[in-house]
Amino acid sequence: MTPVATPFFFYFLAGLTLLSAILVITRKNAVHSALALILGLLAQSGLYLMLYAPFVAGVQIILYAGGIMVLFLFVIMLVNLERSQKEEQFNRQKVAGTLAAIALGGLFVAVFIKGKALFPASSNQIAEGSNTQQVGELLYGQYMFAFEIASLLLLVAIIGAVVMAKKRI
Amino acid sequence: MPDSTPHPSPLELSSPDKTFLDSNELILNMGPQHPATHGVLRVILKLDGEKVLGVECVIGYLHRGVEKIGENRTYAMFNPYVDRMDYVAAVSNGLGYCETVEKLLQIEAPPRANYIRVILTELNRLASHMLWLGTHALDIGAMTPLFYTFRDREEILKIFEKYCGARLTTHAFRIGGCLYETYDGFERDVKKFIDFVPPKIDEYEELLTSNRIWVERTKNVGKISAADCKALGVTGPVLRASGVKWDIRKALPYAAYPDFDFEIPVGANGDTYDRYLVRMQEMRQSLRIIRQAVEGLPEGPIMAKVPKVMKPPAGEVYHSIEAPKGELGYFIVSDGSTQPYRVRVRPPSFVNLQALDLMVRGQLVADVIAVIGTLDIVLGEVDR
Amino acid sequence: MLDYVTSYLSSNTTPGQAGNLVWALIYILIVFGGVSVAVMAMNWLERKALAHFQIRLGPMRVGPHGLLQPIADAIKLLTKEDIIPERADRLVFWIAPLIILCASFAVYVVIPFGPTHAITDLNIGILFMLGVSSLSVLGVVMAGWASNSHYPLIGSLRSSAQMISYEVAMGLAVVSAILMTSLNPSGTGTLSMIGIVEAQQRQQIWYLFKFFPLGFIAFAIFAIAMVAETNRAPFDLPEAESELTAGFHTEYSGLRWSLFMLGEYAAMIAVSSIAVTLWLGGWLRPFPNALTGATWDLAFSLFPGFLFLILAAVAWVGVIRMPKHPYFRVQTLGLAGFGVVLGLIGLVLFVPPVRDRIQDIFWFTAKVAFFMYMYIWYRATFPRYRFDQLMRVGWKVLLPISLAVLIGTAVAGVVL
Repeated sequence: MTPVATPFFFYFLAGLTLLSAILVITRKNAVHSALALILGLLAQSGLYLMLYAPFVAGVQIILYAGGIMVLFLFVIMLVNLERSQKEEQFNRQKVAGTLAAIALGGLFVAVFIKGKALFPASSNQIAEGSNTQQVGELLYGQYMFAFEIASLLLLVAIIGAVVMAKKRI
Repeated sequence: MPDSTPHPSPLELSSPDKTFLDSNELILNMGPQHPATHGVLRVILKLDGEKVLGVECVIGYLHRGVEKIGENRTYAMFNPYVDRMDYVAAVSNGLGYCETVEKLLQIEAPPRANYIRVILTELNRLASHMLWLGTHALDIGAMTPLFYTFRDREEILKIFEKYCGARLTTHAFRIGGCLYETYDGFERDVKKFIDFVPPKIDEYEELLTSNRIWVERTKNVGKISAADCKALGVTGPVLRASGVKWDIRKALPYAAYPDFDFEIPVGANGDTYDRYLVRMQEMRQSLRIIRQAVEGLPEGPIMAKVPKVMKPPAGEVYHSIEAPKGELGYFIVSDGSTQPYRVRVRPPSFVNLQALDLMVRGQLVADVIAVIGTLDIVLGEVDR
Repeated sequence: MLDYVTSYLSSNTTPGQAGNLVWALIYILIVFGGVSVAVMAMNWLERKALAHFQIRLGPMRVGPHGLLQPIADAIKLLTKEDIIPERADRLVFWIAPLIILCASFAVYVVIPFGPTHAITDLNIGILFMLGVSSLSVLGVVMAGWASNSHYPLIGSLRSSAQMISYEVAMGLAVVSAILMTSLNPSGTGTLSMIGIVEAQQRQQIWYLFKFFPLGFIAFAIFAIAMVAETNRAPFDLPEAESELTAGFHTEYSGLRWSLFMLGEYAAMIAVSSIAVTLWLGGWLRPFPNALTGATWDLAFSLFPGFLFLILAAVAWVGVIRMPKHPYFRVQTLGLAGFGVVLGLIGLVLFVPPVRDRIQDIFWFTAKVAFFMYMYIWYRATFPRYRFDQLMRVGWKVLLPISLAVLIGTAVAGVVL
């Protein structure tokens, strides 16, 4: 299946991601920031699709946009925001922050200029049609141990959260 | 009015200057206008998240001063007013009042009048329980039994209309007996009704009794123990569902009840499910009583010899009957004139409502509505 | 032009896979229009069926037997005043119903009405559907937040908590159905919707009956979870009026509220389509393998035509029973016209070219319609679950059972 209008879609989705990232940090209302983040994540899943990784795109929507962001929104809505907005905002680390941002920006520019030469050639082109199968085989075959450790970590986190927040109904 | 022992309202917040999201304690108002409070009842809830810590009922929105009116009417003129108290089951209000005045005047209604009174009162008990079932199920979310029970209740109201001209506020009885003789076809109508209704009651039971969601919504909800019931003075199906076998029809019989053979259903746990089962059984027992009454209706006069101008001797009397909602009592003080000195009504819903606080402590908010429904209160009676 | 049309009609891929933009747009318009009509029909059916369950008649006046009632409701809602609470967040208030609507409608891109009758056939079809329908939770949360009043906020938090809880059980039930698609010689399953139905066709059994009772239990779990997912009775505590919190759409009036209802009905149809595709064989007619042969094919293919003729007969019975009064003349004529239209559709469905093409769509729609009727039946019959009981059912009952079914299916697939 031949891709259509690739440059247009790439610039569109990338621009959307950048725009939403800027909105996340500039909005005063926390809910608006969360919504902009959701928009950014959806645009990012579109970028995954363009890289022929449909499974990752689908999982990004389900988990990130549909699960984690919902929890973000829960927390934002349950915490008493008016009080935090009344508190005076301060930023006493302007100098250090600017230097760190310049350093990170310089790193990105250097990587961009050096181009693909920095990274080893990708080992195999995964066909789009069997993306899910290949991901499954890798996760449950080669990286099984890491997968199980990660899920165990998540389980511990869940149990810890439940124990901390539990109260008798 | 000074209070010797300060009675702390259950609604005091333990830390009043936190917002509702910080302290987890919330005062919530189920205002007088609410689909689920069966009338104009204001319930103020103190919540801890979802759990109810205390409940305060604000009543009086339907107070019409019935008892004060009674002091300015003659005994016969006051009779229509009592129907308006428990407007859902108006016939038993009239029965209680008429019997109390008859006790004061020391006259007895003739047997035929007593039988007619029993038939109409038991039909009225069925109608009241049917309305209760429909509205209670609707509160819990089952919207269909409401239409079924109202449809069947129509048959009862048709009989009332044919008998005395009114469906709801019937004013069916007079002091000394009944005014109206049974119409042509009364026995036929009542017998047709008795045959028509038992399958309907089975239908309601089929929809609800073993329905898993119904059972989970009503079992162990609103439990009250027998000792608490007795301490608060709760009567009626609420008391019987807690295990106390007390029914005034059997304990202190009145009208023609000694002639009939029926059972008193008693529950075990005192939760909402038991109250539901008790009322369903009471419906069936009512049908039994009506059948016996209609088959054994004696001939004779329907009105005793009552003086034209009723001046009972000075004194006081208390008489109570088993209304569908509980013990309905009338306390009349007479000073020898044609108008009573004081008429005091002991409405069952008023006394039962006091148990609400005890019954919902520790339950969830959604259960408050179920418990108000299961107490079967009528605000006309609570406020008078 | 005509060759273009016929050449496309004889192809054997969906427009999305063929890369054909024009036909994809046409399919999208057809599906969008079809879903909108289906939502209106569902609105009418709900009121009528609920009324008949409750021994009443339902709408009877607005058109013959209330058939024009949805249109009257739509006009009323469109002309209502648009009220926005004073300190509500306007942007979020405006976006919330749109998110729910877009999420519900985006799912229709992959629903397979037939082997080539889908807008496209993504090879992650099921994943896409689950993901996009989980985006509607965001709309619910935002609707409650934007109303700036704490009853809708609590209602929306409850509603969204319920939705994400039941998504877990739904997902596991779906996974156990997907597992069954891998029981073929090459050993790979498929996530694409059309692939799942074709797998059922190849394995010659609807997944409802496969490894009985495992497939059936998975189906039952999904059927219960989908009712909870769409906030319908008996799981409609967040929307109920007799409870204290009146639901996340309290502050919405007029057109915005109708967008919520549109989104809710569209979501109902969408999740029913998932259930039909995964367990009930999608577009396959009943007994595709047990009763094979040209005669059986012919018999089953006459079914749609007969169904519409029966509906036309019912409409004509209604016409005959209408009161013979001048006031009812317009209604009687309207109902008669409707009956004639139904009859004509039935006759058209007997014509062989139409008959063959319509089979898949008809069987798929019939199965989804069955689910819609069940939704209404549940609403009429069951009381409501209390919120903590609802969450308990989702986490402590459905989740363990679906895990057990998943393991059982995997074991059965390997062993059998």
